[in-house]
Amino acid sequence: MSNAELLKVTTMANAIAEGRQPEYLFWVGCAGSFDDRAKKVTKALVKILNFAGIDFAVLGTEESCNGDPAKRAGNEFLFQMMAMQNIGTLNAYGVKKIVTACPHCFNTLKNEYPALGGEYEVIHHTQLLQSLLDTGKITIEGGEFKGKRITYHDPCYLGRGNDIYEAPREVIQKLEVELVEMKRSRAKGFCCGAGGAQMFKEAEPGNREVNVERAEEALGQNPNVIAVGCPFCNTMMTDGVKHFEKEGEVKVLDVAEMIAQANDL
Amino acid sequence: MQLVSIIAFVLVFSAAVALFVINIRKIIRNINLGKDQTINDNKPARWRQMFLVAMGQSKMVARPIPAFFHLIIYVGFVLINIEVLEILVDGFTGSHRIFMNVLNFDGFPLYNIAIAFFEVLAVLVLIACVVFLYRRYILKVPRLAHKDLDGWPRKDATNILAAEIVLMFALLVMNAADHTMQTAGFTFPISTPLYNAIFHGMTEGAMHTVVLVAWWLHLIGILAYLNYLPFSKHFHIVLAFPNVWYAKLTPKGQFTNMESVTNEVKAMLDPSFTPPPLAEGEIPKFGAKDVNDLSWKNLLDAYSCTECGRCTSECPANQTGKLLSPRRIMMATRDRMEDVGKSLDAKGPGLADGKSLLYDYITPEELWACTSCNACVQACPVNIDPLNIIVELRRSMVMEDSKMPDSLALALTNIENNGAPWQFSPADRLNWAQEN
Repeated sequence: MSNAELLKVTTMANAIAEGRQPEYLFWVGCAGSFDDRAKKVTKALVKILNFAGIDFAVLGTEESCNGDPAKRAGNEFLFQMMAMQNIGTLNAYGVKKIVTACPHCFNTLKNEYPALGGEYEVIHHTQLLQSLLDTGKITIEGGEFKGKRITYHDPCYLGRGNDIYEAPREVIQKLEVELVEMKRSRAKGFCCGAGGAQMFKEAEPGNREVNVERAEEALGQNPNVIAVGCPFCNTMMTDGVKHFEKEGEVKVLDVAEMIAQANDL
Repeated sequence: MQLVSIIAFVLVFSAAVALFVINIRKIIRNINLGKDQTINDNKPARWRQMFLVAMGQSKMVARPIPAFFHLIIYVGFVLINIEVLEILVDGFTGSHRIFMNVLNFDGFPLYNIAIAFFEVLAVLVLIACVVFLYRRYILKVPRLAHKDLDGWPRKDATNILAAEIVLMFALLVMNAADHTMQTAGFTFPISTPLYNAIFHGMTEGAMHTVVLVAWWLHLIGILAYLNYLPFSKHFHIVLAFPNVWYAKLTPKGQFTNMESVTNEVKAMLDPSFTPPPLAEGEIPKFGAKDVNDLSWKNLLDAYSCTECGRCTSECPANQTGKLLSPRRIMMATRDRMEDVGKSLDAKGPGLADGKSLLYDYITPEELWACTSCNACVQACPVNIDPLNIIVELRRSMVMEDSKMPDSLALALTNIENNGAPWQFSPADRLNWAQEN
């Protein structure tokens, strides 16, 4: 496939106009749409989806913030306004399955939209990657990460929030890497510091930043790559690695980017 | 003489039970300050959760050392109380070790074996209590030496451990000085050596006095302990069970939906929608400013907290020096309930004392430090949910008082105006697909 073919994206509006009902809606999210770092993850995932022949579409300009930061900040009005607007769009397109690369979007769409009339089968992109690998729709043969030391940072809203610990790890293991666990991992995973709307405010006074503490722990494993599964963790861990001036040696990569790179996508 | 003893026992016992009931009713009253919330869904899962987490202590194992010693005290407490049952029956009937003859069968002295087992347990409990004092005061485990516990909470913890040590000593002395028991030909693992070392050779009358003193000490100790519970963090030995039964079953990431808001938002988006009418005199209030705005389950959480600080020791905000401590959120909620309750007892203003949980007991700085990561909820051995209280208080700050950090207010304004927390135009949302 050419790069252009791999990056091909259709909107729901166009698909429906063509009389198609895509199997998956790829919920890109605000970070995935606007944040320069997260956009790379978005494109990596699009490449994988196209490579694996997944029938998907995005909402494009019809997508809006899912409302997570508003809800965590305590503004339930704004959350529900965003939610109902999005549910209106999703239901109008008859969306059944949603995949997203953001655990915050994932949690909100999966758990908090049903009470407002939005019931979908929502999966995190690491779950989809796991099933694509398990069913052989994508395979990995000795990619660039083979033998590398990888540590995986659990996003709170994927791990503790929704008990998904194994899917991202199994995907990483497929890369034939040496997966090393931080002392605080899985249910005891330490937050990156971005959740609960912290991403959008100054940290309260303290003696260090949460992301610096977490990056220090991750760097303590001497990894080649710190793997993440959330755009906000990605930002926080990247900044944390920069704090220790290790950005030359240690990369922070989303699991989707690792799979795409291993396949030279 | 025996009649005097029975009367004294009945009086002491009835007074202790009556006092306990009075104080429990106060706690129930305080918990009922909270809003109604019906929790009776999925009962099998709730029972399973209670057996696993409360009875089975499944979340304690995350920290094996305290889990081991806690388990000893827990098992010791439950099993040794079988002997307390005998103390109570003896007290009421004036008998002496009423189960001894009943349960000591020919060739199989069940009673003696049980007592021997309890003695070993009692010694293990003693060791566990000493280990806990050591961890608190010599090792100074950070979560136990934490400033959250300065003052009464630390005294409370010490009182509990000291009381358990006294009770176990009383139990062992009571057995060791028991002439009938020690001269019947059975060797008890702890009390027989004690008997040989201290009481052997003492007159039977003197030994009888020692038994009597130890018996009363143990009895009064237990009744005092019972009546200390409602004032102590140690009340978790009772409330852990209901608290876990009623605890959240939905994914931890899922926050509660506010139906009152749903109605208003629906009315806003759809002019034909008529929200259900409010009850007369009801003013819609969003989030929690005080304990009566929280649900009764939040308040039960506060009374179930034994201040172990596992939550705080895992809280990313607390571990990086922020003011927030999830344990303190629970302690402050309980403090507020207790203050309101005391005021009501004194026919005072109660909730209308000019103070509120938000601002007077818990500050915005604490609340804004939370990353909502659920580490506290995960860490709690009795499934307390400090995050839910934090969010309810945030809701009140934001929706009732329009108070929030400026940068956050800007992000929320962006979400409202352009559908993203940053200032990007919604029209540019798909631009990434054209970039290379």
